[in-house]
Amino acid sequence: MIRKILIANRGEIACRVIRTAKRLDLATVAIYSDADRDALHVREADEAVRIGPAPSAQSYLSIEAILDAIRQTGADAVHPGYGFLSENAVFAEALEEAGVTFIGPPASAIRAMGDKITSKKLAAEAGVSTVPGHMGLIEDADEAVRIAEEIGYPVMIKASAGGGGKGMRIAWNATEAHEGFSASRNEARASFGDERIFIEKFVTQPRHIEIQVLGDKHGNTIHLGERECSIQRRNQKVIEEAPSPFLDDVTRAAMGAQAVQLAQAVGYHSAGTVEFIMDGGRNFYFLEMNTRLQVEHPVTELVTGLDLVEEMIRVAQGETLRLGQEDVRLKGWAIESRLYAEDPYRGFLPSTGRLSRYRPPAQGVVDGVTVRNDTGVFEGGEISVFYDPMIAKLCTHAGSRIEAIDAMADALDGFAVEGIGHNLPFLSAVMDRPRFREGRLTTGFIAEEFPEGFKGVAPDEHAARALASVAALVNHRLQLRASRISGTVSNHARVIGRAWVAKLGDHAFGLDIQEKNDALTVAFEKGETVTLASDWQPGQREARFVLDGTPLGFKVDLPGNGIRLRHRGMDVLVRVREPHVAALAKLMPVKQPPDTSRLLLCPMPGILTGLNVAEGERVEAGQALATIEAMKMENTLRAERAGTVKRVAATPGESLAVDQLILEFA
Amino acid sequence: MQGVLSQLEERRAEARLGGGAARIAAQHAKGKLTARERLDVLLDPGSFEEWDMYVTHRAVDFGMATNKVAGDGVVTGWGTINGRQVYVFSQDFTVLGGSLSETHAQKICKVMDMAVRNGAPVIGLNDSGGARIQEGVASLAGYAEVFRRNAEASGVIPQISVIMGPCAGGAVYSPAMTDFIFMVRDSSYMFVTGPDVVKTVTNEIVSAEELGGAQTHTQRSSVADGAYENDIETLEAVRALFDFLPLNNREKPPVWPVFDDPARIEMRLDTLVPDSPTKPYDMKELVTALADEGEFFELQAAFAKNIITGFIRLEGQTVGVVANQPTVLAGCLDIDASRKAAKFVRFCDAFSIPILTLVDVPGFLPGTAQEYGGVIKHGAKLLFAYAQATVPMVTLITRKAYGGAYDVMASKHIGADINYAWPSAEIAVMGAKGAAEILYRSELGDPDRIAARTKEYEGRFANPFVAAERGFIDEVIMPHSSRRRIARAFAGLRNKRKEQLWRKHDTIPL
Repeated sequence: MIRKILIANRGEIACRVIRTAKRLDLATVAIYSDADRDALHVREADEAVRIGPAPSAQSYLSIEAILDAIRQTGADAVHPGYGFLSENAVFAEALEEAGVTFIGPPASAIRAMGDKITSKKLAAEAGVSTVPGHMGLIEDADEAVRIAEEIGYPVMIKASAGGGGKGMRIAWNATEAHEGFSASRNEARASFGDERIFIEKFVTQPRHIEIQVLGDKHGNTIHLGERECSIQRRNQKVIEEAPSPFLDDVTRAAMGAQAVQLAQAVGYHSAGTVEFIMDGGRNFYFLEMNTRLQVEHPVTELVTGLDLVEEMIRVAQGETLRLGQEDVRLKGWAIESRLYAEDPYRGFLPSTGRLSRYRPPAQGVVDGVTVRNDTGVFEGGEISVFYDPMIAKLCTHAGSRIEAIDAMADALDGFAVEGIGHNLPFLSAVMDRPRFREGRLTTGFIAEEFPEGFKGVAPDEHAARALASVAALVNHRLQLRASRISGTVSNHARVIGRAWVAKLGDHAFGLDIQEKNDALTVAFEKGETVTLASDWQPGQREARFVLDGTPLGFKVDLPGNGIRLRHRGMDVLVRVREPHVAALAKLMPVKQPPDTSRLLLCPMPGILTGLNVAEGERVEAGQALATIEAMKMENTLRAERAGTVKRVAATPGESLAVDQLILEFA
Repeated sequence: MQGVLSQLEERRAEARLGGGAARIAAQHAKGKLTARERLDVLLDPGSFEEWDMYVTHRAVDFGMATNKVAGDGVVTGWGTINGRQVYVFSQDFTVLGGSLSETHAQKICKVMDMAVRNGAPVIGLNDSGGARIQEGVASLAGYAEVFRRNAEASGVIPQISVIMGPCAGGAVYSPAMTDFIFMVRDSSYMFVTGPDVVKTVTNEIVSAEELGGAQTHTQRSSVADGAYENDIETLEAVRALFDFLPLNNREKPPVWPVFDDPARIEMRLDTLVPDSPTKPYDMKELVTALADEGEFFELQAAFAKNIITGFIRLEGQTVGVVANQPTVLAGCLDIDASRKAAKFVRFCDAFSIPILTLVDVPGFLPGTAQEYGGVIKHGAKLLFAYAQATVPMVTLITRKAYGGAYDVMASKHIGADINYAWPSAEIAVMGAKGAAEILYRSELGDPDRIAARTKEYEGRFANPFVAAERGFIDEVIMPHSSRRRIARAFAGLRNKRKEQLWRKHDTIPL
């Protein structure tokens, strides 16, 4: 029996495992690097052991250091979480040798699934559908066409040594296959000096759908349905859900059966995930198997009612699965949004720093809607450069997909994160996209829906009215308070008028407002009337406003020159002024923001590690100008157009802030 | 009777039109409002009482006898901001370029005299081409009359200047003697001599904007306390500032209803000071965490950023904040920071505004530039200002309080009433490493021993308790309870009285 679990991980997943362990009355041990001394997982565990300096290689990836921590604390089991050592067979074996239970699959299964080619071969042997393709050497174009025909069009012709789209062609028929093979081979030879080409099925309208499996050490294996993770950005999952809006029962059963077959073929136990890619015709092909708990496991927990960490612990100590396949029931719909410290307005560049404000929405079940937030951070904590930039996983569960999406949009509106750039407005924007709401997903969703990147959400007329109404209420209460200042001229108090003009962006609304029994009636110049109620008071930064009976969450800030409201990915500054002032405001000049096209500004906080140009040097478009190291990532800044360097304003080794000037062009 | 009444209406209408429709259009075309429009934005609707609307100049030279406009280029009177009284004058650029004549000056002087007598602030909206050359010395005399009143009113009533167009030559000295100067970006400038004269005398080629625009005066010269995008945003900011200020030096600062719990706990403050003593953190986070509703009206935000000055409210009442900013020059004091903070402390003290000082200061900035620039005298200004202040003063040391800078930053010894420190505070003559290197000079060749000595010094002095044992620190407080502790400290000081010896005035090291 397991008594004390060491969690060989950090962040939200460490906290997640600790939570279940506590519920099961198991003692917990956290490990931490120097960067995590004050981290949440350290506070929540019963014991904590320092295992090394900040870099992962010397801490969370150091098997020796973790074995030491086990010896120090007498932990009898290890949960590896995800990432780090979770899929490291050597680690699993080392634990076994040390007589410590590894809460995960057998090392042999980790090893078998760890290699892309072996795992694909094993999967094919186990009767799992794999992407049809030809890995061998292809002699000439005719052979390529023959192979393509066997596979079935469309096919992808790829250089073995390829990358970045070079030497890659998609062929929809024999002619294209013929030409594509020759072209790819020429490119491959020229670019990589390696003319080997392979051909595989090209999956159209691809969706990422994965099956959760669970097995015990007694040969029982079941699956817990699927998760769809098609909303990805550069292969990083952003939004996941269970079930998938695309699957029917037959396909689900087929995929589940194949996943179970594969798990059994490799002698799998514990929780694992078999990932598939699916095309528009619901053909599915094996991608890989993840031999660990997935980041997105909460959506499965929400629809199955299971605690996967608990099941893993029970399996690890030899218990038989408590349920058979027929006991697995999928109930309702769950969505997960990954909140990342990545600035969506700056091409999702990582952002680090202090969380000066962190207030997640209330968790729990209200009216059949569940809100769950898995996190490893706290207000006043630090998002460091050393690890994954994920701040939290916000999940909602409700009876239907649309209800779950609406609950997510509302939960995001009530989630305050300040101090660093983060993707919350982007997540909100996705929740409101018709294509997302209709479930028409592919892995290309983000690239297709946001081809120019994310520029924020502009309010439409309806939303603008809602924002104007909220601002009118905020303004009304602020004015009322201001008029109650001490020292006024007696009997000549300021009278607050009913007529106001609310302006946000290009929208301007004439308003007539009246307060009655804590509710505010806002009559728009053009006829419409909105009634809103709220307990908002000055200083409240997240508040609920009931607009014509619909409760909505808004973030309210007063930056000094207006009322900043954030809601559903919109971020607007509303100016509420008396009509005569609003009329005069129209006379104010519209100022162009300063021209930064001649400047190279630092896009993220980081260290300038390289500067490739000097003053007076001529540069071409696309030329690498400087390198910034942030989040342990080297980011190369390139010239947007040709020009001459007029001034170098930063020196290598310097620590730069966002928008700090690096170069100026003539 | 009807005829007389309608005559009044006509004369009023004529006066209100100022320089006429064409000049008003020209003013608007420059993105500027007229003198009266500006007052409409600044004051509560319907509150403006105008005086001297029919005043005209008496000059006759250079064809002036026929060039008369009612009001003579300045609109004066009083009104209210959120119901509190304020005297105003607003120069009208559409009338003879807003130039200052003898009568124009008399109108301003009348308002100032009334303001002093009735104990209400004066706000001047400046938009003037300068002296009315046609009047010669009479115009200069007019300026001087205004200057004298600025000096006499200083410390009696708050005076605010808003520069909303040109302000050049002698005209700059009236705003310069007031308490606050706000500027409008891109459409206002101030200088003693303009670009043309500069070019003739020094051969420097410089634009009006570069010489005396809002950016110059908020970032380089520190003449201006703030700059805003346009006329309206500037006037709205003046309204916001006005809500913090008392009406005169015999009144308490205003109070308004507060919706923020004075005992609010801020757990995030427990992690504000980083583990590494060389790592900066943003002191503004502490300022806004302490303030009612997180609201902070910062002054001189773009100048000497190593020190922060501005107003917050605690329990609804105005408090002036002076705080070292570790993110800029490690928060050390230098000439600019000392001047900036000294001016602010003097203003608060003159108008009974309690002062909260947040300290994280490693010392004074070293270097020839500082010494040649007279950091001794400038640093002394801040020391003097604090030492002389009699308003309630609460000090919180968050981290470093080293050397003479510790003394300067509202230490117990120079007159602060309540001195708090966080457990992370280090109150010492200098940093541990520097101290060890001086104390154990003979061991300098041995880095290990010096490291050990540094550790020893750190253990002895790098904490708040040595000072607390002597009573220099009244209490070491938990960061998360700082708002509650500071609010209570000020609550206990509301009736503070401190008598001073008679003197004509002090001799602050100017």
